[in-house]
Amino acid sequence: MFNPMVWRLIWQAAGETLYMVGVAVVLAEVVGLPLGIILVTTERGHILENPLVNRVLATIINIGRSIPFIILMVAIIPFTRALVGTSIGTTAAMVPLTVAAIPFVARLVETALKEVDGGVVEAALALGASPFQIIWKVLIPEALPSLVSGVTITAVNLIGYSAMAGAVGGGGLGDLAVRYGYQRFRTDIMLATVIILIVLVQAMQSLGDWASRSLSKK
Amino acid sequence: MIEIHHLTKIYSDGQRELRALDDVSLQIKPGEIFGIIGLSGAGKSTLVRCINMLERPQAGQVLVNGVEMTALSKGDLRTARQKIGMIFQHFNLLSSRTVFRNVAFPLEITGVPKAEIKERVDELLRLVGLEDKADSYPAQLSGGQKQRVGIARALANRPEVLLCDEATSALDPETTTAVLELLQDINRKMGLTILLITHEMPVIQQICDRVAVIEDGRIVECGPVLEVFTRPKTEPARRLVRGVIDIEIPSELLEQHANGDGSLLKISFIGASAGRPIMGDLMQRFPVMVNILFGRIDHVKDTPFGTLVVQLSGEAQAIAEATQFLAGQDLHLEVLRDV
Repeated sequence: MFNPMVWRLIWQAAGETLYMVGVAVVLAEVVGLPLGIILVTTERGHILENPLVNRVLATIINIGRSIPFIILMVAIIPFTRALVGTSIGTTAAMVPLTVAAIPFVARLVETALKEVDGGVVEAALALGASPFQIIWKVLIPEALPSLVSGVTITAVNLIGYSAMAGAVGGGGLGDLAVRYGYQRFRTDIMLATVIILIVLVQAMQSLGDWASRSLSKK
Repeated sequence: MIEIHHLTKIYSDGQRELRALDDVSLQIKPGEIFGIIGLSGAGKSTLVRCINMLERPQAGQVLVNGVEMTALSKGDLRTARQKIGMIFQHFNLLSSRTVFRNVAFPLEITGVPKAEIKERVDELLRLVGLEDKADSYPAQLSGGQKQRVGIARALANRPEVLLCDEATSALDPETTTAVLELLQDINRKMGLTILLITHEMPVIQQICDRVAVIEDGRIVECGPVLEVFTRPKTEPARRLVRGVIDIEIPSELLEQHANGDGSLLKISFIGASAGRPIMGDLMQRFPVMVNILFGRIDHVKDTPFGTLVVQLSGEAQAIAEATQFLAGQDLHLEVLRDV
């Protein structure tokens, strides 16, 4: 249907999308997971109760989540340039993607950890566990199926965001769909990229659901 | 083993204050099974949580094995908690861990080497009769089995005290009996001090040595279970006892005999006196007729105690002498109606 040139373009774009989203998810989890844990454990009556830290962190996270991605992307260009040396390209696009995903991940982690039965935490406390042991041996393992679902949601969301990253020359499937499909009236290319995106999202969701299910012992 | 002095705990939501515990003092001896009974909201859950400082009291002292829990630093409190086992109404097992790893959990916390953990967990699972369930997950177990895992976990670090927070309230009566038998067995074998709280009088009746009745955050009555059962001094205690041992005589029976002659007596026999033929003795010594209206035998832990309601008829003089004779015996006598 397409000549090999177009296929190469499509495959390259698919690779860029997976790369951007993959790295951004990993980095966002690395930062967002601890933030989510702090958010839960500093709550009133929890193992590291600290109202000040809790309120400040919650506010920052809410601010982060309120800024539209497209504006965030442009606003942090100086930060992106300082960090990766450029503000254009796939690597540069990973910075705003990660920054946007961090507060999102933190909230998902918070929700997942809050589902852990308070009685189990109380039992661990009664057995003399330290806050670190409770986080590491109780909260995370007990919430693991939900945490994995959270990673899936984040990845799928970031695929959507990555399309917008085309605006800063980020590359990826979304970018291809906009530049070739929309701007050059190549409906066939647009359709092909959209189908690939659908398959990608579907596959990620199924994989995530399967992983979450097989981890759950409830 | 556990000393509680003038413990007070107040919950406050800014406007209203709730005195969950009001100047509670108790002494629990080493090796005994001590029960605290009260209705929900009476403060018993708060009380048990104040012993290992899951709840911080506003005033008062708690000493466990001579260690003042209220004065410990965070680190020392964790060490102290490792020597105080606790089991819960809803078991609170880790759903992501197998039975084996649930029991291993407290040992991991105290840093016991892997090989030793294996040995200790196997031993504990044998003790609670779950050696074949080591690789099951809690979701695959029945309530009784879950509580057995809870007990094995609580005993892992060889505690001196076991706190039971409504440990049988979520179980059916048959399973309750089995779990209580296990607790009693552990108490005998290891000399473990057990403090249990419950709203179920049969639990107290089955395994406790002493009992405290709590109402509105206060201990209203405290003593050996047998005494509280047979001679409750306060209204809350009477109410609880009545629930399990209904020594209330059917009213139609009383009415029927209201116009009869002679006196009506309620006699409680405890332990040794339950075995002696006191009624036969009575009839031989005094010219009275004994008509038994009501009788039953109950058990408190391992002690049987009987209750009889009898009608004595005959000469007033003889009845008075017979009553005096009974009062001098090793039993509890209550005159329901005089001649």
